[in-house]
Amino acid sequence: MHVPDGFLDVPTSVGTAVVAATGVGLALRGARRELDDRTAPLAGLVAAFVFAAQMLNFPVGAGTSGHLLGGALAAVLVGPWTATLSIAVVLLVQGLLFADGGLTALGTNVTLMGLVGVWTGWLVFRTVQGLLPKRVSMVVPAAAVAAFVSVPVAALAFTGLYAVGGQAPIPLGSLATAMLGWHTLIGLGEAAITGLVVSAVVAVRPDLVHGARRVLATRKLVVVRPERDEVAA
Amino acid sequence: MGAGHGHQLHFHGHSPVHRMPAHLKLLSLLSFIVLVVATPREQYWAFVVYALLLAGVVAISGVPAGYLLRRMVVEVPFVVFAALMPFVATGPRVQVGPFTVSEAGLLAAWGLLAKGTLGVLASLTLGATTEPRDLLLGLERLRLPHQLVQIMGFMMRYLEVVTDELRRMRIARESRGFTATSVRAWPALGSTAGALFIRSYERGERIHLAMLSRGYNGRLPVTHQAAATPAQWAQAGILPALALATAVLAVAL
Repeated sequence: MHVPDGFLDVPTSVGTAVVAATGVGLALRGARRELDDRTAPLAGLVAAFVFAAQMLNFPVGAGTSGHLLGGALAAVLVGPWTATLSIAVVLLVQGLLFADGGLTALGTNVTLMGLVGVWTGWLVFRTVQGLLPKRVSMVVPAAAVAAFVSVPVAALAFTGLYAVGGQAPIPLGSLATAMLGWHTLIGLGEAAITGLVVSAVVAVRPDLVHGARRVLATRKLVVVRPERDEVAA
Repeated sequence: MGAGHGHQLHFHGHSPVHRMPAHLKLLSLLSFIVLVVATPREQYWAFVVYALLLAGVVAISGVPAGYLLRRMVVEVPFVVFAALMPFVATGPRVQVGPFTVSEAGLLAAWGLLAKGTLGVLASLTLGATTEPRDLLLGLERLRLPHQLVQIMGFMMRYLEVVTDELRRMRIARESRGFTATSVRAWPALGSTAGALFIRSYERGERIHLAMLSRGYNGRLPVTHQAAATPAQWAQAGILPALALATAVLAVAL
């Protein structure tokens, strides 16, 4: 999904760079609310985690495998502001040091994955969480649905950008259909992986999952007393 | 953790390209790529000039061409996309070998390949000649928000620690006879990623406490100034100046 140099024309790239810079600027303020002065080390380590998690190959069968994109996952785990920053920094490092994604397309990539991917994921997550029963176990399906929706929406956003500044005359209808169809499949994989990862974290450290905080706060402390004879034995 | 100090792409050297302050390199690279992207793709010769200019920089840097070429595999998915372009694009058709393809699509594919390849090669040259620490200083000098530079610094500093953690988890899985071949392996891989998140996050918390105990107050001390001499500014300007001349000619012709 990394857009390279020369894919979109210069005005569109400049436009998305302005959008990305504004979004990241807002996220810098917002993240301070989520993490205060822990922002730098924690967002940095979350970015390193996202980068590493993208290297983990999930076999699909027939010798192919997919990997995580991580926008919705990061939003659910650490909150949307910190997730925006982390994804933006991952893309910056990938662009500058690994030549993955063009430098002039950096704004486009941050807009698509850091802003559209993360925030669609977060809004869908909150909506689904509001509809489901208020239990910690419900964080997992909500995160999976969020991941599923965020991927095709980002693909649709890309199609929109392509309609504005694309460099090849591909009929928009068929591009949109191909992008949506393909990314719905990718979204299914992303949903499964996101759900598995969130459930693994919720099982051990539910307090770390940003999206579970609201539910955890309403949970009552239950002290389970052992049976008397068990203690005696 | 016993790895070297450079990142994966870095090629150690002392050439003028290596010694140039990172902010100049970044500016030079960015203006070069913007000019390449802005050049009309019908001017085939302009892209040959750009490629020669870039080859000149690579030659001065002393980074072996094979070293960079091998790393151009990041471009592969995008080459596939460009190769499909002539078949899906609309417009008048032309005969190329056994295929009837769209003329406009063929031109678009050429444009994408030329611009994308130059972009990848230019970025790889930056990566090969710049230490991560210098890159951070350069970004800071280019007025990237302090907070963002700090986050990037922590990410790059701990990237190898985190990927090493992932590698150890893989070795642990494999030594228990685990091979990931189908979707059935996903739960195990998912909990690996979950464990990796918890370890990374907790490491972040420990780092923060360690920083606090050393008097961290939101800013990192500046230990090294990356100042540029006028001569270095002039050197860094050569590539964009030649590229600008090429681009102006290409647009005018």
